[in-house]
Amino acid sequence: MREIDAEQIASTVARLCVEANRELPADVTEALAAAGMAEPWAPARDMLDILSRNAVIARETAMPVCQDTGMAVVFAEVGQDLHIAGSFEEAVHEGVRRGYTEGWLRKSVVGDPLERKNTGDNTPAVLHTRLVPGDRLTLTVAPKGFGSENMSRLKMLVPAQGVEGVRAFLMETVRLAGANPCPPMIIGMGIGGDFEMVAELAKRALLEPLDQRNPDPRYAALETAWLEEINGLGIGPQGLGGRTTCLGLHILTMATHIAGLPVAVNISCHVTRHKTAVI
Amino acid sequence: MEKRLSTPLSQEDVRSLRAGDRVLLSGTVYTARDAAHLRMMACIEQNRPLPFELEGQVIYYAGPTPTPPGRVIGSIGPTTSTRMDAATPALLARGLRGMIGKGSRGAAVLEAMEQYGAVYFAAVGGAAALMAQCVTGCEVIAWDDLGPESVKRLTLRDLPLIVAADAYGADAFAQGQQAYLQSVEARKTTGEPG
Repeated sequence: MREIDAEQIASTVARLCVEANRELPADVTEALAAAGMAEPWAPARDMLDILSRNAVIARETAMPVCQDTGMAVVFAEVGQDLHIAGSFEEAVHEGVRRGYTEGWLRKSVVGDPLERKNTGDNTPAVLHTRLVPGDRLTLTVAPKGFGSENMSRLKMLVPAQGVEGVRAFLMETVRLAGANPCPPMIIGMGIGGDFEMVAELAKRALLEPLDQRNPDPRYAALETAWLEEINGLGIGPQGLGGRTTCLGLHILTMATHIAGLPVAVNISCHVTRHKTAVI
Repeated sequence: MEKRLSTPLSQEDVRSLRAGDRVLLSGTVYTARDAAHLRMMACIEQNRPLPFELEGQVIYYAGPTPTPPGRVIGSIGPTTSTRMDAATPALLARGLRGMIGKGSRGAAVLEAMEQYGAVYFAAVGGAAALMAQCVTGCEVIAWDDLGPESVKRLTLRDLPLIVAADAYGADAFAQGQQAYLQSVEARKTTGEPG
């Protein structure tokens, strides 16, 4: 059986936290550039240009793209033939602690939601772990800012509401978000599952490459149509008007109960950061 | 065309601005966000002094990343302003003349801005590494225990801003979105390509 040390996990998570925060994924920078070309409204083009320049400055000066370096959301796929020497979960939190401290990232986590004292090291992480075949460990760090997270919503629709109910809930969520989540947004949607799974689906949908559509043509068509509808709302970059309200929308689905139609809309901004490593 | 402004802001400065104007702001501003606003409200309730004199001043709703060695400040951009709405009218009544943040404000804030004469600027959310280059000084002046939420005195040089709401009740978000949608309609009518 293959064995790795927990320390290797901690150092990998630390590196991913720093890299994710300083460099936007290529699909996002490409989407920003493409949106600038397609944007008919001059003030909106100026805004998109500032965001593109900011991404370059962040990379060149080794500074975070956004001051909200987020809560560290970590997705782990643990090969079932892998043995980890030491505590896996402790190693993930230690990696976040190290990455946020040594990488000069903002500590944005309070230890108790009501008492609200800052933990000082951005721990704990939000950790999603899956057991998969093989002997590898895949780690994805996706720091999530709360300007956009706060605008996210979840609703338990009833089956009779169908696809139109899902569409209406999405559009209502985007309108309510308005200028607050620093548009252009990136949107992850979950449909199906149960109460907690639909939220996780929406979060995972934010990791999907912006230039790829859902493999199911029905959902691919919905992604394209709903993105187009959102970009007709007029909210625009920063909410100051324009076409570019949303750079990308992904849907992930799961089987659900005969009585329910859960839907979750996880709003993110153009700073939809994620970085993956395989150990 | 941008207007250059320096803090502290006078009533005349504020009255000269209209929603949608572009401004380059220089001078001293103070950072305060959620936790600092709660503490400022407690100060007001208990008749204790605030960490800085409000008259003519500007609050920046921001919590920068830690300052790396050799730099003035870390990345700094605006946080969502509406979370500070509940505290804002009381601060405006005590002389606060400007705010920098992102997103729309509630009706009570817009009314208080008209009543007391104040301006709300939008900074570009998410452009934090770029805007760090407009900060030439940073010093924690109160509530260091709040970490990223402490009150800091910043010195700005030409921070690019948009007047998001002016002292006359106008709102650049509503105006901008409406103007864009009208331009789309106009293009449809004339058959020009979008």
